[in-house]
Amino acid sequence: MNYNADEKGYYGEFGGAFIPEMLYPNTEELRQNYIQIMEEPSFKKEFDQLLKDYVGRPTPLYHAKRLSEKYNTKIYLKREDLCHTGAHKVNNTIGQILMAKKLGKTRIIAETGAGQHGVATATVCALMGIQCVVYMGEIDIARQAPNVARMKMLGAEVRPALSGSRTLKDATNEAIRDWINNPVDTHYIIGSVVGPHPYPDMVARFQSVISKEIKSQLKEKEGTENPDYVVACVGGGSNAAGAFYHYLDNPNVGIIAVEAAGKGIDSGESAATSVLGKVGIIHGSKTLLMQTPDGQITEPYSISAGLDYPGVGPMHAHLYRSGRGEFVSITDDDAMKAGLLLSKLEGIIPAIESSHALALLEHKTFKPDDIVVINLSGRGDKDLDTYINYFKL
Amino acid sequence: MNRINQKLEEDKKILSIYFTAGYPKLNDTVKIIQDLEKNGVDLIEIGLPFSDPLADGPTIQKSSTAALKNGMHTELLFEQLKDIRKTVSIPLIIMGYFNPIFQYGVEAFCKRCQEIGIDGLILPDLPLDVYLKDYEAIFVKYGLVNVFLITPQTSDKRIKQIDNASNGFIYMVSSASTTGATTGFGEEQKTYFGRIAALNLNTPQIVGFGINNAETFDQATQTTAGAIIGSAFIKHITQFGIDTISDFIKTIR
Ligand SMILES: Cc1ncc(COP(=O)(O)O)c(C=O)c1O
Repeated sequence: MNYNADEKGYYGEFGGAFIPEMLYPNTEELRQNYIQIMEEPSFKKEFDQLLKDYVGRPTPLYHAKRLSEKYNTKIYLKREDLCHTGAHKVNNTIGQILMAKKLGKTRIIAETGAGQHGVATATVCALMGIQCVVYMGEIDIARQAPNVARMKMLGAEVRPALSGSRTLKDATNEAIRDWINNPVDTHYIIGSVVGPHPYPDMVARFQSVISKEIKSQLKEKEGTENPDYVVACVGGGSNAAGAFYHYLDNPNVGIIAVEAAGKGIDSGESAATSVLGKVGIIHGSKTLLMQTPDGQITEPYSISAGLDYPGVGPMHAHLYRSGRGEFVSITDDDAMKAGLLLSKLEGIIPAIESSHALALLEHKTFKPDDIVVINLSGRGDKDLDTYINYFKL
Repeated sequence: MNRINQKLEEDKKILSIYFTAGYPKLNDTVKIIQDLEKNGVDLIEIGLPFSDPLADGPTIQKSSTAALKNGMHTELLFEQLKDIRKTVSIPLIIMGYFNPIFQYGVEAFCKRCQEIGIDGLILPDLPLDVYLKDYEAIFVKYGLVNVFLITPQTSDKRIKQIDNASNGFIYMVSSASTTGATTGFGEEQKTYFGRIAALNLNTPQIVGFGINNAETFDQATQTTAGAIIGSAFIKHITQFGIDTISDFIKTIR
């Protein structure tokens, strides 16, 4: 079984490019060039250099001893929370801004939910001196004020998405509409392994640096490149795609994707796409998505804004359907507890998205000699308000 | 012969009107169709509303959201249209995004369309290669015309592929934009219309996006078979209600 995208961007039955003809030239230009550009030595060199000097890579692979003791297994944390801007998102935006430059684009657009990807995009645009417009749902703008301010400080224009449910999926629609209206000079930096081909594959390749580093770091620490399990949270699925990437074809490495159950799978307020979703089309990709029986896309819910997406990248839909990946969903409450636990045991305050991955430890028992790598996709600074309100701190 | 192909053989410029089913009121669908026919419109595109209409500007987005809120859904639209052929003979097209049709089942959807007397479909996000591989045979089986879009950015090579795959008309999107842009037609459109005319395509073309009055209608139909009006019509019925359709049509021709 192949777990990577084929030439047309399909992962098994999922993926492809279900886009209006207006977007065909844009995505086609990217599709024809992205692999070739990524393989150019000059591109690789600049990408690697920026990841090292600007993002701060490689990020540590940290043996969490106290956490390991508590759960009686061997736990490593991949510290994406130590990336510049506070999450893995910047790996992708660095890659895509260099891609945009190679393609001669002079204007960048992006969508954002919580604002992490928007900040990571505004950051690389500032770095390169390129105009940046970030679409953000009107409701998210109101509840993520610090990130809106950060984007503005970085010189980006934040445009409210006023349509539909005025959250992430609508911000994505608005970014796509902007791209339709500006097909020549603009590059769309999508924030996860979602959207039409070649985005899922391109973003996964940029994020694959995560598992590349895990391999060599684990080799150094444990004498093997391969853990028994890699665990990551899945919103659209980019940090997970990066953490899984170099292990996809190795059946000895278990892959565990953690989705947000929100207030519970059956509560009507959830974002557990693999359980609640059906095959359909969202943002140009055939994948699993949450929808009405009539095919209208529904609004998901999670306490963590970064996991609050009604679909999942086509790679993950395929990992789920094929059985290669184990999918688990974690409630708001369990994630919040796991976030607090990591803070107390290891002195690391995780993003609430990442707390979902950590909460797996309460739900699955690992063997004492298992090596479990958990991708700590981001830090908790952005979530302090939510932690404060939840725990009445 | 399919009513769309028949209409295209007539010696006149086609005026096609798009409206969103279930808007302004849930049960306006049939009356709007009947009035459009009465007022000399040549072709009607019935919009099946979708929660996430990627290719649409604010006017059609809002009408879609409102229609869904009113309770419109696929089965209900078919229910509303089931006797439509007893009262109108105008060619009817359903325009919608692919996901609701995919959920209904493409074959089941096409079958219902044939039973009701729908003549064609416009599904902007069903791409050419997927259509040819998975769905062309079904469309043909149920006698449905499939309409593809082209834009000023579409290459000649791809336009020829689309021409070959088309069995009704080609939907010529007037500019790089979502629906409802009102900037008028300039040099870019002139060049584009000229380029398409020079390709001598087998399939007639009808222009859409940005047509909102007699002037833009005339400009759009100089070298093409007709033009489609959507957002401007929806704005009109939003403001003046559905009893004034004749007033709107008079402003076009
Ligand atoms: C820290 C963090 N983790 C995870 C995610 C979810 O995105 P993805 O599933 O693409 O990794 C986000 C998105 O904002 C995030 O900020």
